[in-house]
Amino acid sequence: MAERYSSFAPGGTAWLLQRITAAFLVIVLAFHFFLLHFVNHAADVTFAGTQARMENVGYFLTMVLFLIAGTFHGVNGVYNALVNQGLKGTQKKVVLAVLVIASVALIAQGIYVAIAMAGW
Amino acid sequence: MSQSYNRGLIEDFGRWKEFSAGMWAWIFHKFTGWMLIGYLFTHIAVLSSALTGPEAYTNTIQGLESLFIVRVLEVGLLAVAVFHILNGLRLLMVDLGVGLDAQDKSFYASLVLTAIITIASVPTFMDGVTL
Repeated sequence: MAERYSSFAPGGTAWLLQRITAAFLVIVLAFHFFLLHFVNHAADVTFAGTQARMENVGYFLTMVLFLIAGTFHGVNGVYNALVNQGLKGTQKKVVLAVLVIASVALIAQGIYVAIAMAGW
Repeated sequence: MSQSYNRGLIEDFGRWKEFSAGMWAWIFHKFTGWMLIGYLFTHIAVLSSALTGPEAYTNTIQGLESLFIVRVLEVGLLAVAVFHILNGLRLLMVDLGVGLDAQDKSFYASLVLTAIITIASVPTFMDGVTL
């Protein structure tokens, strides 16, 4: 049987979510770069243009889901990297708490900004 | 049944001279991942200028985009994101047990494709900016 080199304990919820968000992010991150650098040039971005995109409920929800998936995938990746590095005990608990608070704050701020962009 | 295999402490970056393709892929994936999550926090902070008002948002974005260094950093971000996406697809394949024999080749392919996509995107990213 092949050796496992994955950084994550296989079979767990976080392990599975990391891969589900990965598959989603591959598509949406590519779409995001393409839309805002090739279809619309980043230098030409205006509030009116952003609002026109964000007013579309499908786009708004995609961006919110993108934010949540990206935050989970990134922060969970950082946490697992630190655990692999040897983080344990109280330090591990403190780091997890800080990362969870930072994630919740980032998602809350991002959704608040997205609502302001949509003009709702 | 799985066998135990002593690979040593893989987090010991001092052993970089012994690293194989898969190890470099792992390190590059981790490094680009740290940069992407760092950027996400910065990105939301910059976009938060929308809370001040439409003009503040437009001026912030267009002001940043008028800077040569910002364009260069954006090309860097693209390279980091493209590599992370391509190597991520490679990792999903590895997790599914697909093409394990070619995992080193697919890492080299990720690097080459990243370079091609990044270089091809430079004209678009640097359009309309001067030093």
